Amino acid sequence: MSALELGSAIRRGEAGAAEAVAACIDAAERDNPRYGAFLCLLRERALARAKAVQARIDSGEALSALAGVPVAVKDNISTQGVATTCASAMLERYVPVYDATVITKLEAAGMIVIGKCNMDEFAMGGSSETGAFGPVCNPRRVTHVAGGSSGGSAAAVAARLAPLALGSDTGGSIRQPCAFCGVTGIKPTYGSVSRHGLIAYASSLDQIGPLARDIDDCAALLSVISGPCALDSTCVIDAPFDFSRQRPENLRGTRIGLPRNYLARGIDEDVRAAVAGAAREFEAAGAAVDEFDMPLMDYMVPAYYIIACAEASSNLSRYDGLKYGYKSPAAKTLSDVYRLSRSEGFGLEVKRRIMLGSFVLSSGYYDAYYNKALQIRALIKDAYNKLFERYDMLLSPVAPTAAYALGENIGDPMKMYMGDIYTVSVNLAGLPAAALPCGLSREGLPIGFQLVGDSFSEGKLIAAGRVYQSRTAHHTAACGGDAL
Amino acid sequence: MNWEIIIGLEVHAELSTRSKLFCPCSTAFGGAPNTQVCPVCSGMPGSLPAVNRAAVEYAMRLGLALGCSVAERCKFDRKNYFYPDLPKAYQVSQLYEPICRDGALEICSPSGPKTIGIREIHMEEDAGKLNHNGVTLMDFNRCGVPLLEIVSQPDMRGGAEAVAYLEKLRDTLLYLDICDCKMQEGSIRADVNVSVRRPGEALGTRTEMKNLNSFKAIARAIDYESRRQADILQSGGAITQETRRWDDANGVSYGMRNKENAQDYRYFPEPDLLPLRIDAAWLAAVRESLPEMAHQKRERYMREHGLSAHEAAVLTSHRNVARLYEELCALSSQPVESARLLTGEVMRLCNATGTAAEDLALDAAKLARLVGFVLDGKISRAAYKEVTEAVFTRDADVDAYIAEKGLMMSLRGDEAAEAARLVLAEQPGALADYRAGKQKAFGFLMGQVMRKLGGAGNPALAERALRQALDGSD
Repeated sequence: MSALELGSAIRRGEAGAAEAVAACIDAAERDNPRYGAFLCLLRERALARAKAVQARIDSGEALSALAGVPVAVKDNISTQGVATTCASAMLERYVPVYDATVITKLEAAGMIVIGKCNMDEFAMGGSSETGAFGPVCNPRRVTHVAGGSSGGSAAAVAARLAPLALGSDTGGSIRQPCAFCGVTGIKPTYGSVSRHGLIAYASSLDQIGPLARDIDDCAALLSVISGPCALDSTCVIDAPFDFSRQRPENLRGTRIGLPRNYLARGIDEDVRAAVAGAAREFEAAGAAVDEFDMPLMDYMVPAYYIIACAEASSNLSRYDGLKYGYKSPAAKTLSDVYRLSRSEGFGLEVKRRIMLGSFVLSSGYYDAYYNKALQIRALIKDAYNKLFERYDMLLSPVAPTAAYALGENIGDPMKMYMGDIYTVSVNLAGLPAAALPCGLSREGLPIGFQLVGDSFSEGKLIAAGRVYQSRTAHHTAACGGDAL
Repeated sequence: MNWEIIIGLEVHAELSTRSKLFCPCSTAFGGAPNTQVCPVCSGMPGSLPAVNRAAVEYAMRLGLALGCSVAERCKFDRKNYFYPDLPKAYQVSQLYEPICRDGALEICSPSGPKTIGIREIHMEEDAGKLNHNGVTLMDFNRCGVPLLEIVSQPDMRGGAEAVAYLEKLRDTLLYLDICDCKMQEGSIRADVNVSVRRPGEALGTRTEMKNLNSFKAIARAIDYESRRQADILQSGGAITQETRRWDDANGVSYGMRNKENAQDYRYFPEPDLLPLRIDAAWLAAVRESLPEMAHQKRERYMREHGLSAHEAAVLTSHRNVARLYEELCALSSQPVESARLLTGEVMRLCNATGTAAEDLALDAAKLARLVGFVLDGKISRAAYKEVTEAVFTRDADVDAYIAEKGLMMSLRGDEAAEAARLVLAEQPGALADYRAGKQKAFGFLMGQVMRKLGGAGNPALAERALRQALDGSD
């Protein structure tokens, strides 16, 4: 049952919110030790809220299409009174005093948060192995990574432990775990979903988005969480999304660009074939698919890591051992508190990025690195703008490979960073992208593709995704739990 | 050979907006620690800033008043450093594109009027406060209070000019009603850049002095620092570019950090805020709302009220005095007498009691009543002074005070004439003495007349009545 179907059943009285929540939490309690998808489950709180929502639904209140539906939330999204750890020892005992805007919106829509999802520490990583509380395992094959950084959110949906999840995407962190786990996700346009309460990794790139079993559920969840927010100056959208009319029969007149050079080198053959297959499916649905060469490909990953790490080095400075979070018991002086707390509280990848970011911002290097990266970012934006004069959307792989084995790449940061080659430019340009499953590798691991659109063209991407998923069954393959 | 002292000032002015720069918390001074904080100003994870429009308008006001160009687009940057009073470990400031540039301030330097260049004005957030008392505690109430940093050109030549600049800048901030300028509460603070050179030579290496808590300390610190530098150069040494801390109690400064161990603040554009755009209409609206400034008031007082240049200058020396004057004028319709009262007796009382102009809190309605009484001849000039002092020192009720002390003068000439007639009848001896040419007798008779009038007599009227009675009794 999809999230929308569940919501509809609850509205019709054929299912109960509390039963749905209990089923998810029961399944999660049973299966989570295998997947590590959740860092915490909120049984009491979620059941209490489900009962309250059920009462409102029973009294005839129209909350939303997703009222009563359980949702899992990435653990970098602040939940008042519930630990929000970013999968870091630094924030192991940190309990926010306020809710993120998206949480407020979920609850206003009658949705029930059932737990907080595992991730890469502070969203830094592409395999959900860098967290302090253990890795997330891919429900399709538990010896393999779930992708990251929103690996817990993707795994929870893939394993049917939750019908919906929220993740965040800074350089591919929603799309890549969706591709690895075989679920659907959307990285919305920068400025369409409030970041208030999202614990920042890289402020100019971070964006919260939905993960679900299909694009319809993603669209419904994105409608709930999008919209203006007085507490986030960068959230420039003027009204929540409404995708109710994006339901075309076919894609005649839709122009899709396919970056030839993305598929030419450095890409796994199975991934290339599956993505080419998706392109053929779009052609069959009436779209005009045209190949082009994506400019600036060699500069995307370096520019992304410079900008993301620069912002991260500043954003993560507040974890100083004084106000909240981890404080080294060995610290005697103020400089010890800073040095030891941060050395002990942060993991290796986080420290690597803080040091990289501090370096590129330091005097004497700022122009050579940070400013250059900003110039590349502007060029990338220009390049996309030109492409969207010719195309409605671009179709590309999400990652060069399917999921790899746990531990396989974690010791090779450069290899990990190059895994972000197809996703980071979307964040640098602030664009929306939807990731959808399009097949399996020879090993039986999911493969995904992404549709990238112009700013605020989520409607087009969702329409195309609906047509694609109505013609294919890659997104329906079940695995893992059976809660839903 | 003389050394020329070169001074540039960086003044931090805390804006008197009701709420903080990036969140709705109160900016009120003196609250219990950490009672005026929220996730934004205490730097909780996930919180984001949202710019306070009023703070931007305050910056625009100052920029316009100082003749700066106000940028159509400015942006915020992060200044990164670790310190417990800075909960985010970065201060949101403006390095690359400040809101205002290139202005000037006319000052009255000891050698006459002088123009001091303003390099830029930028907005930033204040840090919190650490309270050391055995254990160090953090108070974030001040975190995020909006500040303007006003950076002058190195146009001042010595401590007296620096103080004149600061006084003028303070007056300007007060006139604009954007800062309460209470140095003791830290709402205006200055860092001083000092260098010395031989006249005509290029600028020398400068040092920056911090922890200056009064105008007097600033003058002393400049004096000390310029002499220290001159002594070093005189003996063949070189000045190290450094930040120095002024120790006012001991009258010395000492080095805090030099160029080699200077902090690298790793400034970069604040990604949580979009560039701030100020369009022509907004700027025009703020320009329209600018209050009348001191020099404009001065000219108007002289032109419309016929005041002297000195009176106009005293009345506009502080916004608070000008406000009191204008209220008093409005209530009394007597601009000249109002000016005299304030520039004379009230200023004398301020000096005598050490009351600062900004703390002057007189009830204009009471003063207006007094002005009316004295101009109508109902009280004497001496009584006028006395009641003014009573109002000044303890906010006395004018009518009650006059009644209690019997200061109201008799107005009616016939009462005085009757009293004079009676006195002459009762005091034939004194009358005879007067006739014999004894001038002292006149004084005695005056005293008797005043006594008959029960202290409520107008001495001028009484004297006229007595002289008439003496003339008539010939």
